[in-house]
Amino acid sequence: MKPFKKRRRGGVYAVFESAEADMLCNLAGQLVELLRDRNGNEESSSDPLFAQVGMGGPVLPPEDPVLLRLLPDAYRDNPEDAAEFRRFTEQGLTSAKVHHAEVLIGSLIDGGFSFDEAERGDDKIEVELNSEAVQDWLRSLTDLRIALAVRLGIEDDDDLFLVTASEDEATQAMGQIYDWLGFVQESLVAALG
Amino acid sequence: MELDLPETEDATATDVPWVTVVWNDPVNLMSYVAYVFRNYFGYTDEKAKRLMLQVHSAGKSVVSSGGREEMERHVQAMHDYGLWATLQKADS
Repeated sequence: MKPFKKRRRGGVYAVFESAEADMLCNLAGQLVELLRDRNGNEESSSDPLFAQVGMGGPVLPPEDPVLLRLLPDAYRDNPEDAAEFRRFTEQGLTSAKVHHAEVLIGSLIDGGFSFDEAERGDDKIEVELNSEAVQDWLRSLTDLRIALAVRLGIEDDDDLFLVTASEDEATQAMGQIYDWLGFVQESLVAALG
Repeated sequence: MELDLPETEDATATDVPWVTVVWNDPVNLMSYVAYVFRNYFGYTDEKAKRLMLQVHSAGKSVVSSGGREEMERHVQAMHDYGLWATLQKADS
């Protein structure tokens, strides 16, 4: 990957290897699925405004630890207020996160990525982001890192070292993806600086 | 027998401001957290960095205070950014 850089005429751009774009799209696709399972397909794809005014949002926090971290309680020691807040806001938040992930996937497709392996060449994927898409990327990269961190069991700063030191190959591979996503996001934040 | 008393919160809502608290997590990059504080709250680079470092070293930081509804909007915005935020009364 060539890190994000600022365009003189506005916006930022970066170049991804085809395999990197594939990984990003897969992770983002999994995130969309997870969020839609929580929200129900209909709500996620409909007008976010409708989702926001919907009266029937969930009141209980998600059981899945990734979803719980992505959609946390707004009140720490007050389950009733937390439930009420969740009822009115969670569907809107979930729809927003689905949208961020879909924009991320869309930018990579615009840059030449294809989900169909037969259509995929060795060409690099050039991603151009306007200021709006930048906001979706920042948030979705964060969501992807959160999802990986929860699956890796990273709960405090010391846990990062345990992942690096792990002898389990799957953990190591996931840990490398987690680090790489951090690098991508760091370069995006720096390009905005 | 219990009586349905109106919540006392409403009576004191104007006296006791609410605060938005951002909690430390090992995931979010320091540069990103400072970016969010700068861009969402409109804080100076210096203030954004100070609050970010407080989150990182003290485990949490009060990043805004005001009315309850405003703090609820901030918390929802922080969750959209992927930051771990809660709101509470300023004196709790």
